[in-house]
Amino acid sequence: MIEFQNVAHGYGGSPLLSGMTLTLAPGSFHFLTGPSGAGKSTFLKLCYGELTPVAGRISAFGQDRAEMSRDDVARLRRRIGVVHQDCQFLDHLPLEENVALPLTVAGRAADATELKELLSWVGLSGQVRSLPPSLSGGERQRAALARAVIMSPEMLLADEPTGNLDWEMSLRLLTLLVELNRMGTAILVATHDLNLIRAAKAQVAARVLRIKGGQVQMAGAEL
Amino acid sequence: MRAFLGRLGALLTGDPRADRVVPPSGAAAWLTLLSAGAMAFLAVFALALSLATGRLAERWAGALSQGATVRISAPAEQMAAQTRLVLDILAVTPGVGSARALDTAETRALLAPWFGPDLPVDSLPIPQLIEVTETGDGFDAEGLKLRLSAEAPGATLDDHQRWRRPLVAAAERLRSLGFLSLGLIGGAMAAMVTLAAQAALAANGQVIRTLRLVGARDIYIARAFVRRFTLRALAGAAAGTLAGMIAVALLPAADEAGGFLTGLGFAGTGWLWPLAIPPFAAIVAFWATRAAALRTLREVQ
Repeated sequence: MIEFQNVAHGYGGSPLLSGMTLTLAPGSFHFLTGPSGAGKSTFLKLCYGELTPVAGRISAFGQDRAEMSRDDVARLRRRIGVVHQDCQFLDHLPLEENVALPLTVAGRAADATELKELLSWVGLSGQVRSLPPSLSGGERQRAALARAVIMSPEMLLADEPTGNLDWEMSLRLLTLLVELNRMGTAILVATHDLNLIRAAKAQVAARVLRIKGGQVQMAGAEL
Repeated sequence: MRAFLGRLGALLTGDPRADRVVPPSGAAAWLTLLSAGAMAFLAVFALALSLATGRLAERWAGALSQGATVRISAPAEQMAAQTRLVLDILAVTPGVGSARALDTAETRALLAPWFGPDLPVDSLPIPQLIEVTETGDGFDAEGLKLRLSAEAPGATLDDHQRWRRPLVAAAERLRSLGFLSLGLIGGAMAAMVTLAAQAALAANGQVIRTLRLVGARDIYIARAFVRRFTLRALAGAAAGTLAGMIAVALLPAADEAGGFLTGLGFAGTGWLWPLAIPPFAAIVAFWATRAAALRTLREVQ
């Protein structure tokens, strides 16, 4: 699905990540952990094409990132759902239109029943006409998750999705991610919340990647 | 052509869902509307100037090229003989339709604006004037001048070329300046729309990043901005054009005494020309916004 071959990336000439070789397979569940500034968000951005590697090769769904046009990157993002910590909504549109945005930009109309079911799945049935600024942090994260999966993506990337949530809400979001993975979506969650990782490993066969010294390593059994 | 018309139709009809993804642009919207209206208003006057000076140049060139004057300066006792001689020469000159000597009353009328109506024309050594009307092909002015200087030394041919040329050149220069003004107005409007579009794009940086994140292609995002600015420019220019045409229509009507200024306006089918301004403004806005949008989008991954 997504393959990294000896990939390196950095900002302003100094390397942040280097020598990364790994594969994110279909249906897999990975956590990506490491201290702040280690390069977790950079790794995710490399996955969905916001950044291009300075060295090495990234292949997404069989297509080389270096050969992708901007339209190819847009098409890639219709196959990869992304949930950011700060969410990013269109504040002038109600929740249901924000959630349906990936369909809208793809020129497709949202099926009203499916949209209703999706909002019900993330527990936002009562907020369909609410504007994003009026939502709580947990509601925004769940709305971002609903938007990320509305195109039935083959992979979901989540960058610190529980960063602003209490433990109860974090577990609720984790349950949604596990359900999604069981339906066949590959999941990659960047987080520094080790309790969340332990809670996930109790439910699903998740693998943990750790960024250390600019290298991505498989974490040991301590997690 | 069919593809172009399809795109034009899609631009005009739009996609309500796609239109909603870009929030209202506030000041940029009004800036586009007002600048397009003001530029269209000015463009109507530049167009009126160009067309009026064009008509004037043609009229001057046409009217003056059909006439010429022979001036005879001779002692009083030779004046009648020289006049007869010149009329005989003109009668056999190819290209001369008719020729007649101005009588005393006509000469007095000609000089009245400068010397008053009581000028004693008969007692003054005033040259005899002969009015010459050309046929369609005209006459050989140089040949006629040579013959007059040989046979009637006091006669001088004035075919009006000497003072007609600067007038016609001035009118044509004015027409060119009018068209140059139209070009400058179009350029200024493109710059204004580009600035307004760039301001709107900069203000909507977060919207653009979010749209890219969920898989929007550049052309989809650009189209949302382009459609908005194109329609605003079209509406503003239509209002400005209408106002300009009303203002031109309210100018004093052309008359002989008023001369050039009262002839500044449109005539006949000339009134159709301003109708091209709003579509032209829309085309300028379309390309200016499209270029600005695609340039801005390239900076967003």
